[in-house]
Amino acid sequence: MYDIKALYEAASVEDAIRLLTEHPAAKIIAGGSDVLVKVREGRLAGAELVSIQGIDALRGVCLEEDGAIRIGSLTSFSHITRDPVIQDKINVLGQAVDTIGGPQIRNIGTIGGNTCNGVTSADSASTLFAWDAIVELTGPEGKRQVPIQDFYLKAGVVDLRPGELQTAIRIPRKSYEGYKGHYIKYAMREAMDIATLGCSVNVKLSLDKRAIDDVRIAYGVAGPIPARAPLAEQAAIGKPLSTQVLDQFAQDVLKSLNPRDSWRASKAFRQHIAVVLAKRALAEAVRLSGGEIYE
Amino acid sequence: MSKQYKLVTCTINGKLMEKMVDVRASLTDMLRDDFRLTSVKKGCEVGECGACNVIIDGECFNSCIYLAVWAEGKNILTLEGLANPDGTLSDIQQAFIDEAAVQCGFCTPGFIMSAVEILETGRELSDEEIRKRLSGHLCRCTGYENIFRAVKKTMLRRLGKEKEAEAV
Repeated sequence: MYDIKALYEAASVEDAIRLLTEHPAAKIIAGGSDVLVKVREGRLAGAELVSIQGIDALRGVCLEEDGAIRIGSLTSFSHITRDPVIQDKINVLGQAVDTIGGPQIRNIGTIGGNTCNGVTSADSASTLFAWDAIVELTGPEGKRQVPIQDFYLKAGVVDLRPGELQTAIRIPRKSYEGYKGHYIKYAMREAMDIATLGCSVNVKLSLDKRAIDDVRIAYGVAGPIPARAPLAEQAAIGKPLSTQVLDQFAQDVLKSLNPRDSWRASKAFRQHIAVVLAKRALAEAVRLSGGEIYE
Repeated sequence: MSKQYKLVTCTINGKLMEKMVDVRASLTDMLRDDFRLTSVKKGCEVGECGACNVIIDGECFNSCIYLAVWAEGKNILTLEGLANPDGTLSDIQQAFIDEAAVQCGFCTPGFIMSAVEILETGRELSDEEIRKRLSGHLCRCTGYENIFRAVKKTMLRRLGKEKEAEAV
């Protein structure tokens, strides 16, 4: 038995908002793979929970009229990986969430839970940062659209107001059209592990495929929350696809990152692999875009 | 606060069941305590070891981090649902015995349910893919090789590749 004070099951988004407003101390539980573990460990023992697990309307991926990819917040990682829209437009997100935990965790864990947790190591988060994703929040006052970079406030804290829940994550068309991306999770094991560092890159090449038209790079575990490396991005835009440009890009990421020493890895090691992963992930994204890197 | 219960109706191993469950119960608690399905093991109870793995609507879930009330309307399969009506074992269970993929046996039901999910795809998976799909389970006895072999052999046999299965 879990040490739960009370469980309120929401049948719809409106129902969830009502329950969250009536029980301000209650925590939202989606898939439960984080919340129930925290209850078991005692950190959330005695909590009141609002379960949104039953709101099937929040599951699935679709293309909106303006071409934005809409991912319902309760869509599980395995369903994201298998989704044809994701595979066609932003396959890197499916690959990134396929590195989370193990198969059973990927069947229950949701992208909404992964991001609302506010942890820097979330494998979906760095890729969503790199795609300039928009978080859709629904609350008593209606809907809000918040860029994911503003949604993360500090370690473990996201911009979720009283009575609100996350209902979707949207990737605008201009963010993904013409881009290809690659994610690398550096961890100690192939499965059931938390990233030592995660690096997600996407790139858009010039028409002749010889130069970088645009590039975005984001990290997990390189700071208290997932973070972009804007200085490296800006310096690389317009540059030709050469080994030298890639090396400089990789070195430049350190100007924006602030990893820490932890029992998992030292700051120095994280800085080292941040550079190595930047180069490898960009090279792979270039290859996926049909580009070639010159000496 | 007074205890909170909810009536849950679901299909377990092919039979429609109805039960009043405590909302604090995990699906592991419900399957073991209310239905005596003790193949569902209590291991880590935080979703890391896979000993409590069951199939819900065709997908594998660690039942220890799944609330019992979420089972409403679901179709649940546990290891007890695999054997044939006459009591003989299913091919995958027999393969675990033949390949000595069982030592203490605690992880076995969870592993077999993941194997069932693999076999139900009806596809021939690469070695790497089989290993990845089994990676949500911990076994402290066998070293995994015999488990991997039992799953691969059964997959090949179901695809009619008896000769390849023998060579595994």
